[in-house]
Amino acid sequence: MSDLIKKDASELAGMVASREVSAVEVAQAHLDRIAAVDGAVNAFLHVDTEGALASASAVDAKVKAGEQLSVLAGVPLGLKDILATNGLPTTCGSRVLDGWIPPYDATVVTKLREAGIVILGKTNMDEFAMGSSTEHSAFGPTHNPWDLERIPGGSGGGSSACVSAFEAPLAIGTDTGGSIRQPAAVTGSVGVKPTYGGVSRYGIVALASSLDQAGPCARNVLDTALLHSVIAGHDPMDSTSINSPVPDVIAAAKRADIKGMKVGVIKELGGEGYQAGVRTRFDESVALIESLGAEVVEVSCPSFPAALAAYYLILPSEASSNLAKFDGIRFGNRVGDDGSKSVEQVMSETRAAGFGPEVTRRIILGTYALSAGYYDAYYGQAQKVRTLIKQDFDASFAKVDVLISPTAPTTAFKIGEKLDDPLAMYLNDVATIPVNMAGLPGMSLPIGLAPEDNLPVGLQIIAPAMADDRLYNVGAAIERELLTKWGGPILGLAPELAGA
Amino acid sequence: MTEATMNYDEAISKFDPVLGLEVHVELGTNTKMFCGCSTVFGAAPNTQVCPVCLGLPGALPTLNKIGVESAIRIGLALNCEIAEWCRFARKNYFYPDMPKNFQTSQYDEPIAFEGYLDVEIDTDEGRKTFRVPIERAHMEEDTGKNSHVGGATGRIHGADYSLVDYNRAGIPLIEIVTKPITGTGKYAPEVAKAYVAALRDILRGLGVSDVKMEQGSLRCDVNLSLRETPESKLGTRSETKNVNSLRSVERAVRYEVTRHAARLAAGEQIVQETRHWHEDTGISTSGRPKSDAEDYRYFPEPDLLPIAPSREWVEELRAALPENPAVRRARLVADWGLSEIDMNTVINSGALDLIVEAVDAGVDPAAARKWWTGELARIANDRAIELEELPVLPSHLKRLEELIAAGSLNDKLARQALEGVIAGEGDVDAIVAARGLAVVSDDGPLLAAIDEALAADPAVVETIKSGKLAAAGSVVGAVMKATRGQADAARVRELLFEKLGVSE
Repeated sequence: MSDLIKKDASELAGMVASREVSAVEVAQAHLDRIAAVDGAVNAFLHVDTEGALASASAVDAKVKAGEQLSVLAGVPLGLKDILATNGLPTTCGSRVLDGWIPPYDATVVTKLREAGIVILGKTNMDEFAMGSSTEHSAFGPTHNPWDLERIPGGSGGGSSACVSAFEAPLAIGTDTGGSIRQPAAVTGSVGVKPTYGGVSRYGIVALASSLDQAGPCARNVLDTALLHSVIAGHDPMDSTSINSPVPDVIAAAKRADIKGMKVGVIKELGGEGYQAGVRTRFDESVALIESLGAEVVEVSCPSFPAALAAYYLILPSEASSNLAKFDGIRFGNRVGDDGSKSVEQVMSETRAAGFGPEVTRRIILGTYALSAGYYDAYYGQAQKVRTLIKQDFDASFAKVDVLISPTAPTTAFKIGEKLDDPLAMYLNDVATIPVNMAGLPGMSLPIGLAPEDNLPVGLQIIAPAMADDRLYNVGAAIERELLTKWGGPILGLAPELAGA
Repeated sequence: MTEATMNYDEAISKFDPVLGLEVHVELGTNTKMFCGCSTVFGAAPNTQVCPVCLGLPGALPTLNKIGVESAIRIGLALNCEIAEWCRFARKNYFYPDMPKNFQTSQYDEPIAFEGYLDVEIDTDEGRKTFRVPIERAHMEEDTGKNSHVGGATGRIHGADYSLVDYNRAGIPLIEIVTKPITGTGKYAPEVAKAYVAALRDILRGLGVSDVKMEQGSLRCDVNLSLRETPESKLGTRSETKNVNSLRSVERAVRYEVTRHAARLAAGEQIVQETRHWHEDTGISTSGRPKSDAEDYRYFPEPDLLPIAPSREWVEELRAALPENPAVRRARLVADWGLSEIDMNTVINSGALDLIVEAVDAGVDPAAARKWWTGELARIANDRAIELEELPVLPSHLKRLEELIAAGSLNDKLARQALEGVIAGEGDVDAIVAARGLAVVSDDGPLLAAIDEALAADPAVVETIKSGKLAAAGSVVGAVMKATRGQADAARVRELLFEKLGVSE
């Protein structure tokens, strides 16, 4: 095993720029790692060996020519299979998109390519990002590198697993209710959901348009910040994109100083329903934050208990409409077109065959919630809850600089354990969902292993809109202390994968 | 299947018609409502498309500001309130011509609402104004276009296969919906037609659409119901789709009145349904049943920001609105002393604005009209260009008319001078000088030319002398030809009769 795969993204970029190693060698080391371990992890749906080596070689050519490189040039990355990639399959983990090759790149992908980041391939996910375990992928579950019998979180389990299995130092995820942060928490990696509108949604297959946001995944806070800075910024192709300067997340990650800050612990996110070991590590983090000179206070967000229910009306409603286009007429798989059937029958058979049970469940839920006569009671009420959640956050941020909670109530559960119990599955996102409902930025940071199962626990940090830099400042300050305490990155504690 | 109908007069004597008109206008923006694709009509199928208007996974809409501006101007011209804040909504239904299987439209928050349009029609008591109440004007996107190949009807049923052209998908539409129009009595067909015509004139005047009904850039759905008396509650309506000429609007209303009346008189129910209009046979046939409860699962479009047009902007647009075409027309008819028929000719020629400009510059209205609907229309037509593209300025026409009035140019010479203007030879005086265009006013050369003409055709002398004065025309013509048109024809005639000793 090449030691290149254990290196941080920032370090690799420096080595490539100084010609200590070539980008092609870096890409090859990671491709080799994927070949060795991904049979067990199943983080990748599609590995683009040729494309990765070609873009790595383009970076090397620039190095030789003495051209100015971006901060992450030559660093490999796993891309969630929900971002459109010109010429590369994009399935969203669904049979209905089997065989679709987009004719265009998502804005995030364009930015990655322009920055010389080497896209290794497309990572596994719950079908159309619906799920918290990646078990709902039509192409088989991804396995948690900490314990292959456990889930890597979801929906972006492929992205977090590829990072924590050292298949890539960086990954892109998307987060609609926690799909970057919860996988980061259960795999011992870092994940950030930026402010809604901070990163372009153009070319990201929509789950719930008002909640979706792409963000960075990495093994440490600085790498996450570097990737954040590459993908963020205004995009005229996305009407909901914010047209103001990107917060300086890199400087914040380097500052790592929380002395004098006020940190709020959200009373409603913790306690009952949270695993003992999760609470232990969370409480330790609170003490650590105080020891770094920040003041910790408890804040109450009384509407949060209603967030999950409201979310499961808004998300399916928007999703039922967003997913209507998957009918086999213009792209993707077409089923049942034997010349004898009407177009409606073909659409119907295509959708029935193409969508898995969780997607079907949410489409039906959303269709029902938007129906005439039910709209006010469901979608309308859910929007009111959303307003209340925003008001709770506004009131909290009038008192504190950042808010914290556990990212997920439990550590990684066993594959199959919650598959037949949608409500239990949905509860995984109870702490992350309010952040999406309010459009705020949130980070999950590894804060140790739960004593009872030796599995990673995540701390969620939440900041006001467009104050994403605060996440990185606070995250980096805590991370620095923990690295000292642990004597190195937490992923060093993960078992070696067979085949490596 | 032909349905029973009742004689129109009888139908109207028994029932009170209530109209509703839904008009879809395709805006003439250069690009589509939510992407940068071209909107030019008639391109090869699926050549004016991109990930956005094809609804490819991941693509997102961005708003065309000119589309919004046009919607506001239309709203203002129809005396509507303009929303201070409104949103787009998704109208969800599955159909292959809809790339996303939802149409981005507006639902309960239209950009314009609560307006009216006054229309004039001829009645038994003379010309009369009807006020058509307008409920709303909202923005939406057009769908693609299906064509069904094989089968007898060109409709989807029985076709071998279907093709979809998405060039039209995403072209901005404004849907203008009236409230129920009551009180028209027997004039319902005329009011419907006059409304669509007036709307078309307003839209043309605003320059927001080419309003070509035959190309589908203005499409009309006619809703009609009957009730026993104006006091009865509204009856069940039918919705006749895509009635695509003014004449058809009138005919469709008339037909539906007679069809509804026959059913109601026979004790049958009216089926709430959409109907297809058949231009050739002048009847409608049953389409699909439609209920008020048809569920499009509308919800606010999360991919677009709300629209909040500032009051300053709205007032700017209001101040810059052109004069209402009906008001303007009435004013010009009076000022210029035209008949309604002459005015129709002017409007249909597309020369109204050009004539107004010339008149404003001091050209006599009749002369301005003559030039722009006559010679200049012919030239533009020959060259297959628009009238506006001719380099003829009001000042050119003014000078030509001055020279004609002074007797130094005749019509034919003036036309030659105009040719010079169009050829870019300079101003009128320069062209007259350079081309040597001047009426020959010296009798000497004219008399010589008359002698020559008579010598060439001696028989004509006796013909004229015998009283057939019309024969003089050929002599005058010969003289005009000999002088290359520069003679004053009236003077030639005078000299000829003098010479032959005949009096007119």
